[in-house]
Amino acid sequence: MYQITIGPRRYHFADLKTLLARASPLRSGDLLAGVAAASAEERVAARYCLADVPLRDFLQHAIVPYEEDEVTRLIIDSHHAAAFATVSHLTVGGFRDWLLSDAANPATLAALAPGLTPEMVAAVSKLMRNQDLILVARKCRVVTAFRNTQGLPGHMGVRLQPNHPTDDARGIAAAMLDGLLYGAGDAVIGINPATDSPETIHTMLAMMDEVRLRYAIPTQSCVLTHVTTTLELIGRGAPVDLVFQSVAGTERANSGFGINLAVLQEAHDAARSLQRGTVGDNVMYFETGQGSALSAGAHWGADQQTCEARAYAVARHFSPLLVNTVVGFIGPEYLYDGKQIIRAGLEDHFCGKLLGLPMGCDICYTNHAEADQDDMDTLLTLLGTAGIHFIIGVPGADDIMLGYQSTSFHDALYLRELLGLKRAPEFEDWLETMAITRGGRLQAHGQQPPLLGLMETVA
Amino acid sequence: MSVIPFPGPAANPDTITEDSWQALGQHTVARIALGRAGASLPTRETLRFALAHAQARDAVHTPLDGDALAATLQQAGHSVLQVQSAAANRAQYLQRPDLGRRLHTGSRAHLLAQQAAGCDVLFVVGDGLSSLATASHAAPLLAATLPYLAEAGLSVGPVVIASQARVALADEAGECLRARLVVMLIGERPGLSSPDSLGVYLTSAPKVGRMDSERNCISNVRPAGLPYPLAAFKLAWLLRAALQQGSGVALKDGSAAEPGWAALLAGTRTSTLPA
Repeated sequence: MYQITIGPRRYHFADLKTLLARASPLRSGDLLAGVAAASAEERVAARYCLADVPLRDFLQHAIVPYEEDEVTRLIIDSHHAAAFATVSHLTVGGFRDWLLSDAANPATLAALAPGLTPEMVAAVSKLMRNQDLILVARKCRVVTAFRNTQGLPGHMGVRLQPNHPTDDARGIAAAMLDGLLYGAGDAVIGINPATDSPETIHTMLAMMDEVRLRYAIPTQSCVLTHVTTTLELIGRGAPVDLVFQSVAGTERANSGFGINLAVLQEAHDAARSLQRGTVGDNVMYFETGQGSALSAGAHWGADQQTCEARAYAVARHFSPLLVNTVVGFIGPEYLYDGKQIIRAGLEDHFCGKLLGLPMGCDICYTNHAEADQDDMDTLLTLLGTAGIHFIIGVPGADDIMLGYQSTSFHDALYLRELLGLKRAPEFEDWLETMAITRGGRLQAHGQQPPLLGLMETVA
Repeated sequence: MSVIPFPGPAANPDTITEDSWQALGQHTVARIALGRAGASLPTRETLRFALAHAQARDAVHTPLDGDALAATLQQAGHSVLQVQSAAANRAQYLQRPDLGRRLHTGSRAHLLAQQAAGCDVLFVVGDGLSSLATASHAAPLLAATLPYLAEAGLSVGPVVIASQARVALADEAGECLRARLVVMLIGERPGLSSPDSLGVYLTSAPKVGRMDSERNCISNVRPAGLPYPLAAFKLAWLLRAALQQGSGVALKDGSAAEPGWAALLAGTRTSTLPA
């Protein structure tokens, strides 16, 4: 029980879960769930109370019951007490001050990560302004590798997303080629399939692998299908680089996705056993997004940002190459407008990075959200300054399969120009070899680039 | 309706780098080979994108003209009932999907006051997320479907036009009007290149609380997607099957195995159809 008196009004918060929810910045999903503060003053009152909560309390009071949720058990059982010692004496408010101080640097933050729980990280984010989220995230370094190296300081990757509404091989190849010629695809070439047919997905994996081998592209491919389908395809000998799965922050929400920790472990081990990575063995690609637990009716009365941070505990357990928060995809009933999407994108990136994850963001919106390209430009620029691990590249920002707007190859080039962000070094070298870039910048193509022969691979 | 192809501002060859792979556009409608001004989008592409987004936004926010649609349907011989969901306005509709799934109390009373004797099939026409889709495609799809129902000897109730409606609102309407099966024709979330896709949802034994797994769906109904004759054929097939065995995930769409399907397909542009 937490309480505070402000003038004539006294505010009560029954437990830590309620306090976190009331302290969360306003968003439609928490209103839909009925967990948001009833007034602006109550929201700040909750933040006053939250600032005084010792970080240690988060280890004593589970947001979702330990006995009923394997994600809680994972969080508590894998908590690293020695790493936590650095900040174990602090309150949430004191932790914010520490994060902004010179004591928090890339080395101390990396050492601290295993000692932090998602709830601690979610809590401190609720006391932080956007600039705090940006500044602290920028101090976190997370480097991962498979066929190239992601997350080096001053670098940013792009997932090339060449989707097609009917999984047409030539349609996919055309978009893939467009992306490569625009210098995108170092994080992963990842297709969202329209079908869940294992045969079709096998064909896509084989096509991408053939292209990669033919042109010696130092990148990794992925078809974003259910983890059980990928497992089945590994069993059939399909060329699987990365295992994809959407994950959420509670056991029940993960059940809704048809997964649990055991099946993720099985898939992780199977992909590792293939030993397809050349410079590293991070084999998992996870996607998350605020609102997923609530939409599955599995949020346990917690706010959506806290649930989202808990999903990062699931991801962290499997040392992923990439984690992508698909921030604006879920729709306005969870994140109503550009302001809410921008805030959520910065929160997710901050929380993921602080927990030690290679955090990327699908900076995106749907046509029924109160958002437009200007909002995406704002979030893109902010995340670029915050040191985002990778972003999405879709031709012209228009995903014709999923029917939403993400970021384009051009958007990535804009950010590289503006902030001097480089591609994964192995991939950049390849682009120079193929005469696609020179000195990191796109070359003008006087004639047909050699890579256009790629279309013949996909006859 | 689609993006009107008209020439954009003339490109300046000195400042625009055109892409040499424009021919690949024959393989996909994705926005590839757009060219660049520096590293950024040329003016023509910025405007083309803005126009598509504007059309999608208008599709979401333009209110459905229920009276105009009612007049069209009445001319086609339907009796029409107009209802509203419990969502008071568009902003609330977008943030509270639960309210869009229930009838406004006045509308519920209006339907109950019909003291309906019941029907085999009830059509509910909802604005959903694209009033443009509903206004453009609901009446033609109904007209293409009714001959199949007449042939099967099925009775059809009055057409219910619903504003600020989600799919599940049809469950309550079907329950009030004692339908054996309800079909919701509703505007889908607009994509940038498809502001006018109509979705069709079938639910047998409709009542409040039905789950999505108890429905069958046909999506992307529009001339450039799944054209009316094909959609009507599918819908009629699913209707007959759902009246026999119930709707839901266990009912698999077998319409494409029927002899009539191939003939219809042959007479239709098929480039955008799923395999």
